[in-house]
Order: sequence, then C-alpha cells, then structure tokens
Amino acid sequence: MADLKTPAQATAPAQATTTYRESVAEGIAREMRRDSTVVCLGEDIGAAEGVFKTTVGLFKEFGPERIWDTPISEQAIIGAAMGAAMTGLRPVAEIMFSDFLACCWDYLANEIPKVRYMTGGQVTVPLVIRTANGGGLGFGAQHSQAVENWALTIPGLKVVAPSTPSDVVGLMASAIRSDDPVVFFEHKGLFASKGPAAPPDHVIPLGQAAVIRPGTDVTLVALASTVPVALSAAQALAGEGISVEVVDLRCLVPLDMATVLASVARTSKLAIVEENPYQGGWGGTVASIVADEGFETLDAPVRRLAAACVPLPFADRLEDEVIPSVRTVTDAVRKLSAY
Amino acid sequence: MATTTEVDLLDLYEQMSVIRGTEKAAQDLFLAGLVKGTTHLAAGHEAVAVGASAALRPDDYVFATYRGHHHAMARGAAPAACLAELMSRATGLCKAKGGSMHLTSAEHNMLGSYAIVGSHLPMAAGAAWSAKLRGSSQIAVAFFGDGATNIGAFHEALNLAAVWRLPVVFICENNLYMEYTPIGSVTAVEHPAADRAPAYQLPAEVIDGNDVLVVRDAVVRAAQRARDGEGPTIIEAMTYRHFGHSRTDPAKYRPADEVEQWLARDPLLVAKQRLAADGIAADRIAEVDARAAKTVADAVAAAKAAPEADPAEAFTDVWADGGAQWRT
Ligand SMILES: Cc1ncc(C[n+]2csc(CCOP(=O)(O)OP(=O)(O)O)c2C)c(N)n1
Ligand SMILES: [Mg+2]
Repeated sequence: MADLKTPAQATAPAQATTTYRESVAEGIAREMRRDSTVVCLGEDIGAAEGVFKTTVGLFKEFGPERIWDTPISEQAIIGAAMGAAMTGLRPVAEIMFSDFLACCWDYLANEIPKVRYMTGGQVTVPLVIRTANGGGLGFGAQHSQAVENWALTIPGLKVVAPSTPSDVVGLMASAIRSDDPVVFFEHKGLFASKGPAAPPDHVIPLGQAAVIRPGTDVTLVALASTVPVALSAAQALAGEGISVEVVDLRCLVPLDMATVLASVARTSKLAIVEENPYQGGWGGTVASIVADEGFETLDAPVRRLAAACVPLPFADRLEDEVIPSVRTVTDAVRKLSAY
Repeated sequence: MATTTEVDLLDLYEQMSVIRGTEKAAQDLFLAGLVKGTTHLAAGHEAVAVGASAALRPDDYVFATYRGHHHAMARGAAPAACLAELMSRATGLCKAKGGSMHLTSAEHNMLGSYAIVGSHLPMAAGAAWSAKLRGSSQIAVAFFGDGATNIGAFHEALNLAAVWRLPVVFICENNLYMEYTPIGSVTAVEHPAADRAPAYQLPAEVIDGNDVLVVRDAVVRAAQRARDGEGPTIIEAMTYRHFGHSRTDPAKYRPADEVEQWLARDPLLVAKQRLAADGIAADRIAEVDARAAKTVADAVAAAKAAPEADPAEAFTDVWADGGAQWRT
C-alpha cells in the first residue's frame, strides 16, 4: 500500500503513476486517516489483503479494530454495515464480486435505499458498498457480469464507477464522506491499469461527468471499462478525420445529464458505450433523457453499444463477442458520423 | 421494596393497556376505512415489548418488524403519532411515508420496523458492532417472529454476532404461526429460535412472553451479558396474537380451544393477577385503566384532527440533503 505522502512527494509533478488497484486501498486509507469512524468489513480483506489486493496495507496500518474479516455472509455483511451506518459509523463494506450482490439484494433494493425515506428522514445511512464488477478476465458467467444497471434501477442509491486510478481516489473520498449510501463499482478489468496518482486531498464530487477528450462530430458517453474503449476508438477515428468527444460519466447517480446534453448540443450525434447488457442497461436511461430533452439538438439516431443479451460466456473469443470492443465502437461511430 | 415493584408493575400495566387500546383503535379505524393498506396488530404481544423496554437503557437500539406498533410505543413513541401515521396524516411518526409496517422513532433509538422478514437481524448486529467499536456500552435488540427463524438472514446474523461477540439480544416473539401456517409444520425443531442457538454456541431461554415481569427479568439478564462483553443471547418469548395476521384476517385456522387457552393468559390479565396478589386494590387498577382509555381516546381524536400529508412530502427525504434529486 502507498504510504502517507511526504510533503516532497506531494509537491512532485503528477507524472508519478500508480495502478487502479493500489488506488482503491489508497483512497480508503486516506479517509480512514482523517475519520476514525470509517471501518471496513468484508471477506478476506484483512490479513489476506483482499482477493483482488485492493485492501493491501489497510490491516497493517489500521488493525483489527477497523478492518474486519467476515464470514461468507453477504446479507450479514451488508445488513451489519447498514446497522452500523445508522448508529454513528461510516462502514465500507466489500462484496467480493458484484455478481454476489444478488445474495444481499434485499439490502440494496429494500432496506438501505428506503429506510431514510420511509422513516420520514429520521435516519441516515452513510455507507459504501464496494464491489469488483465486470468482465474481461475470463471468470465466466457468475463472476464477470457488469451489474451497474442493477443499482441504477433503485431510487435512493448513489452509484459510482470510476475509470482511472486518480478518479478511484477522488470518488472514494466523496463516497465515504457522503451521508447517502453509495455503491462503488471497481472494475476488475481495470485493476492492473496505470495512470497518474491522485494528488493529496483529491476529492471529486459525486455526479460530475468529465469530458476527457474534446471533439466536434460525435459524442461517446462511457463508464468505467468502456472509457478506455471509447478513447481508443476516438483515437483511431481521429486518423480518419472524425472528431469524437468522450464523456466519462463516472457516476450513474447522481447522473450528470447537463454535461451529456451540452456535449450533444455541440456534436449533434450520440453513441453510448456500456458493458452491462443492452436490455435494461444504463444507456437506455441516458438515451431517453436525450431523446426527451435534447431532441432538437440531434442530427442522427442515438446509438447504444452495450453487451449482448446473453450470460457472459467463459472463453475469451466468446466474451469478446459479447462485450463492446474498440472495433465495434469504431465501426458504429464511423457510420453515425456519416449519417 | 414492595412499593418499587408495585409502582413498576402498575406502570408496566398502564403501558400495556395503552398499547392494547391503541391496537384496538387501529383496528376500528381500519374497519372504518380511515387506515388504508394493512395493519399487523400486536394485541396479545404487549408484555414482550413493555417488559423488554423496561430492561433497556434509553440509548439502547431496538429493531422491530412490520408487527411493531407495540415496540414503537414501548420505547416512547406517542400513540397519537403512531395512529396519525396509520391514518396518512402529516403529523405521523414518519410523516406518513412509512405507514403501519414501518413505525420508527429514532429519537427513542427505535430504529425501525422492517417488513422483509428477517432483514433487520443483521442490522441489529451492526448497531451492536457500532456500539462495541465506539465503546458506548449500548446494546441492540432485534424483535422478530417465529417465522423469521427460517430465513437466511437470521442464521447469518446469529453467526456473525456470535463470532464477533456482539452486544445484541435476539428476541423471538413466538406466536405459533407464520401468517396462517402453524410454525411447527414448517420448522425442523420445536423451538424455532431457542433450538437453533446451540448451533452458534449461544445461550437461549424459552420464556413466558405474556408475563411482563418474566420478560423484563430475562432481558435484564441478557442485556447484562451483552454489556459485560459476553455476547449475544437468544430469548424465545411464547405469546399469541389476539387478532388475525393482518387486515381483517379472522384467523379461522386457529383451533378454538387454543385461542381460549391463550386468551385466558392475556398479558393484561396476567399482570392484573400479579397486581392483585401484591395487594393492589382494584380501584387503583381501575384508575389506571381509565387513564389509559383516556390516553387512547385523546390520541384517536388528535390523529383524526390532524391534517392530511402534504403531497410535496413525496419528494423529500430520499437523500441526506432532504431532497430527491438524482440527475442534473
Ligand atoms: C422475506 C419475506 N417473505 C415473506 C413475507 C410475507 N410475510 C409477511 S409476515 C409473514 C409471516 C411472518 O411470521 P412470523 O415471523 O412468525 O411473524 P408474525 O407475523 O407471526 O409476527 C410472511 C410470510 C415477507 N414480508 N418477507
Ligand atoms: Mg409468528
């Protein structure tokens, strides 16, 4: 785990790189240092430092009083996190694979997002549910799904899905400081990716999308793993004279439609790149808002590039078939630009 | 010494009378069409809530089920606010956003009534975990039905609470039925909560849940264990519903002699008998009865006089900032 930055390191130029994986632990550690009510719980997160090594160093630094290994009891993990959040702690609960959210779905669907509302605002639930989401690692149908759309269907949950190491740290800070419940999707396919390390005190407010590549012909809206896909497609298309603007949503709730609508107003064409399945995917919500509120600015149909509506297959060649790739995105945007 | 017991029991008796009266009023208001949706009345279960509450500190946490009116009131929620909630009034305990199944009084550390069977047991464990980490010496209590012992969250919560030695008390209100099904016909053990305790190496007691002093004493012991760092206790309180499961269920599935036996052990009667045995004069009990009846009548009147919920309230309280905005 990264140590507390010395002042010298802190002022060093941002070329220091780190991994997305290390940034998860770094983001949590920074908040644990500033707020003693932040505690972590999950399976194998302590001495074992996480099956994805996303909690490396936490147990060593914060000890068993703040880093709790749990039994394989997803309902107890999330239910206990909820009870603790209602009574003065800021728990950060890990669900190892996002597929397993189904095992404690009651808490995400019925308990955590509703308790404040149905008690007339009497209780507050400041918790974070972190989970490794998505495909690309060949884990098969029960360990590879992109399920961010599950969380999006529920009013009362904030939904975060960062794409870069420094965004992981900045959004983790906001998620843990939030007095609302946050589901924090860490993408498995991005864990090994590298990028500039987050500067000290890096905080990215929830609900602020980023225009990460400006362009004039087509807007590509992406999230987490589809951000590098969209950037590669934009890069390839630039060589063909097609200028693509890439928007990294970063959060599904709050959903920064102002940034998306403003981008579409500039480019007049929109494609959405999602890893979750087309059926019920988050792009449907984005597209419907653009159709409703940005119709006059559009010069072409909105395109959605999402996963095929099948369970995620195991073999790489099959998985690649199902999830949008640089090739499929490039082809679609080329056609859209010529529309 | 006699005086303390006498005053205590009279006080507990009065609390139970108020709850009984409020539950009856809730039923009447439901039948009159003034309470919509459903109710799960706790008439018959009063001794569990009042006895347990008498054993707790005001800062201890309580989690209950959709059958939770008695727990809200035993912890201190006003009957008028409870009835107003059932009647969709602006003055309702939860601003009319919860209803009968979700009565909550956070100011009394009654942290909710949950209508997904068993879901709140892990929450109570979590509140106990929080108390332990904060070193507050608070404890948490989860009240649940016999039916809840067959759901996974019950077992996950017991195991977690046991391995983490959490200051939590699990209190099962065994009223012999889960909805319309006799609990014995769908459960592998005789005592659905207590018989599962050995699997988690937890102590358990099966108690008379209709005797308020028996309940209080059992919870005093369990709370002490919890505060002493000895971990969770399971209490299975045998009790019985006086109404059906919900709404207008006439509970025809219950044998007449069983109903008769249990009505003879009405927690209010049991308390009255104890008061009489302690030498409390009948007119003092009648005085308490009259005061309880007035409390209930005043609560009904206040709830009826309260304004309907403001439609604008539908769009508050989703987020901690008070609002409901999910996008820009
Ligand atoms: C998970 C879940 N399954 C089913 C129901 C429907 N249901 C509501 S109450 C109930 C019976 C529960 O019985 P018990 O736990 O004994 O509590 P009691 O109603 O007797 O107080 C059922 C099946 C539910 N609310 N939640
Ligand atoms: Mg029952």
